[in-house]
Amino acid sequence: MFYREAGQFKTSYKADQALMPILQDRVGLTVILLIAFVAIPAFANDFFLTSIMIPFLVFSLAAIGLNVLTGFCGQLSLGTGAFMGVGAYAAYKLTTIFPDANVIVMVLLSGIFSAAIGAVFGLPSLRIKGLYLAVTTLAAQFFLEWCFIRIPWLYNYNASGAIEVPHREAFGVVVSGAEATPIVRYFIVLCITVAIAYLMANVLRGRIGRSWMMIRDMDIAAELMGIRPLQTKLMAFAVSSYICGVAGAMMVFFWLNAAEPSSYSISLSFQILFMVILGGLGSLGGAFMGAAFIWILPVFLKFIPGTLGIDVAAETVEHVTFMIVGALIIFFLIVEPHGFARLWQIGKQKLRVWPFPY
Amino acid sequence: MMNFKQFALGTAVALGVGLSGAMTPAAQAQDSNYVPLLTYRTGPFAASGIHIANGMHDYLKMLNERDGGIGGVKLELEECETGYNAQKGVECYEATKGKGALVYNPYSTGITLQLIPKAGVDKIPVLSMGYGLSAAADGTTFPWVFNVPDTYWDGASVVIKYIGEQEGGLENLKGKKIGYIFLDAGYGREPIPLLEQLAEKYGFELLQYPVGVKEMQNQSSQWLNVRRDRPDYMVMWGWGAMNPTAIKEAVKIRYPMEKFIGVWWSAGDDDAAAGGEGAKGYKAMNFSGVGRDFPALDDIEKYVVGAGLSSTDAETIGGTLYNRGVLNSVIIAEGIRTAQELTGKKVITGEDMRMGLEALNLDEARLKELGLEGFAHPMKVTCEDHAGSNPVFIQEWNGKKWQQASGWIEPMTDLVRPLLEQAAAEYAEKNAPWPKRTEPCPN
Repeated sequence: MFYREAGQFKTSYKADQALMPILQDRVGLTVILLIAFVAIPAFANDFFLTSIMIPFLVFSLAAIGLNVLTGFCGQLSLGTGAFMGVGAYAAYKLTTIFPDANVIVMVLLSGIFSAAIGAVFGLPSLRIKGLYLAVTTLAAQFFLEWCFIRIPWLYNYNASGAIEVPHREAFGVVVSGAEATPIVRYFIVLCITVAIAYLMANVLRGRIGRSWMMIRDMDIAAELMGIRPLQTKLMAFAVSSYICGVAGAMMVFFWLNAAEPSSYSISLSFQILFMVILGGLGSLGGAFMGAAFIWILPVFLKFIPGTLGIDVAAETVEHVTFMIVGALIIFFLIVEPHGFARLWQIGKQKLRVWPFPY
Repeated sequence: MMNFKQFALGTAVALGVGLSGAMTPAAQAQDSNYVPLLTYRTGPFAASGIHIANGMHDYLKMLNERDGGIGGVKLELEECETGYNAQKGVECYEATKGKGALVYNPYSTGITLQLIPKAGVDKIPVLSMGYGLSAAADGTTFPWVFNVPDTYWDGASVVIKYIGEQEGGLENLKGKKIGYIFLDAGYGREPIPLLEQLAEKYGFELLQYPVGVKEMQNQSSQWLNVRRDRPDYMVMWGWGAMNPTAIKEAVKIRYPMEKFIGVWWSAGDDDAAAGGEGAKGYKAMNFSGVGRDFPALDDIEKYVVGAGLSSTDAETIGGTLYNRGVLNSVIIAEGIRTAQELTGKKVITGEDMRMGLEALNLDEARLKELGLEGFAHPMKVTCEDHAGSNPVFIQEWNGKKWQQASGWIEPMTDLVRPLLEQAAAEYAEKNAPWPKRTEPCPN
């Protein structure tokens, strides 16, 4: 009833090949974009922007990055956190070397360094697969983290060993540093995330995305059909690392303002991996849903007793949040191993046949 | 019948609706002074964090119960759990700053570093008591950051001075080997520049043993190196689970404990007790009272702990870290009181609090009035010097409890201060354009 595409005729190839062939999807996406671009900036307070929306978008982008590699190309990676770190440190170095350049451009450029390093660490993927590949990407994680701690040039010889985001202006407004208003930072993060998500949605349904999926589904068959595994896998690593790098750079420039090497540790890699698995491997929408679940839910649970006026000790809230989120992860993975993306599809089907389910 | 998948779908929809629904933090009523406490009672640093959190909470709560707050206005306390994690710390900061927060105590150098640039913008001072960025002692560059009573660089200079005393003079340090085992994070790396300077000046060799956060509880490789290098003295900058592990390892390799000196954060009772009998002789710096023979602590037991208003175990009152938390709260409370006197207002703002902290003068008479005679060295903040470089003492573990083992030792201020100013200038330059100080001096 609500999601019926009956009666929506496509009369041209262009309409048939559109990103969203169904009217309801187009309407839904427009509403979501309106909320993101108009409603949230108009009504949200600083806490909502800085502690919920900005991290949510950053993590969504990182989850899209990992999804390209793991969900679409089938290469398991545990190095996401380190690749994000490469982006962050590259953007930091770039902006200290070129202080007058637009910091948004620097953030976008920093992904290139991350892509190059990702491609290098992707080389073993030609020979090894699955869990064994995960172990080599784990090596990348530890090696890069070691670099962040031990190469003082990367953090400009700061005594604290942390990178601190300097004050930068672009288009006449302060965009990074402590004076940057949450709303400006939110818009930058939102625009970059939406742009990359749109780009990836198109790449993934085109020739490149399909060749990744062929490699994922059966690499020998793909090779026999003329897909070159080396180039395809390395491209997946590079594209994935580029997106993760940009996400990592945004994380420090537009969210945290300062980062220690421990911000890009293995636990970040796992966090992103859980977002991808929980959201649904091989789904862009799933990346957003997974990020929302892993990031927003705990923040929400943490502050809900305070807003309701219930007096609970801070550490009890922390423990309870841990337990609830953990239990929900297990619950969702048992009943729907394909993640929230699949759950959303089931929901759509239910809406379509309602009120006469069969 | 409802099957599992429908149930899952239902749960997901309910969560989504719930999340988008209740997202409006209520505004705070302004008839109290709001003090958020960033604490950590969970995670790998909880063993140290719990005592600090208890001390901070209990003293302020006691003021509420005994005196009805400060200047007749109650304090509204709220703890926010950071888990020593910088991201969560910033989240706590963002969540609480809108409620009229007076001051932040991050209790993590990592979180402090993130809050320093924000402090001046949001007009809320940061009180990093004996931790954080050493350069922040320069009040001209960092008007919003306070690190009384001492910076890490002061601490490092005291350790070297004390070692020099043991050797019969600083000139005897020539050719000696001093090992430095530290938590490989912003915290542990902070004193290295000063230690390197001192090593050059006095001709001793500085051996560094970094301990990563992940390997805090497995330091055998570091201590294997210590055994090989045989340093004449060991200095430790540890926190959380790192401290007891290091002391146990030192006992295991039979390192002479009387030559092992920790910073004031490696001075917990549980830390030293982990080494058992063998830890006897372990030393640590300290600037807050030893033991519980202070009237103010009796009041805490009577009004707060005894009344069941705190999660503190009565046994732990008077422990080193508990007393440290109390001292932190004393500084907050005196800052509020001073600000009230200066402005004539009862309910103050972050800007008033900054003035209060800058005009802080905790002298002996005032400490006695507070029921804390001898609890800390008298401290005074000036507009130029936000640390004060106050003397610290060395305490020694006798196998059961800490005992004061030296008099008050002055830091090498003449050496540290120029370096602090230089570091502050460097920080301002790296973070250009760093705002110039415009805040008037209350003194």
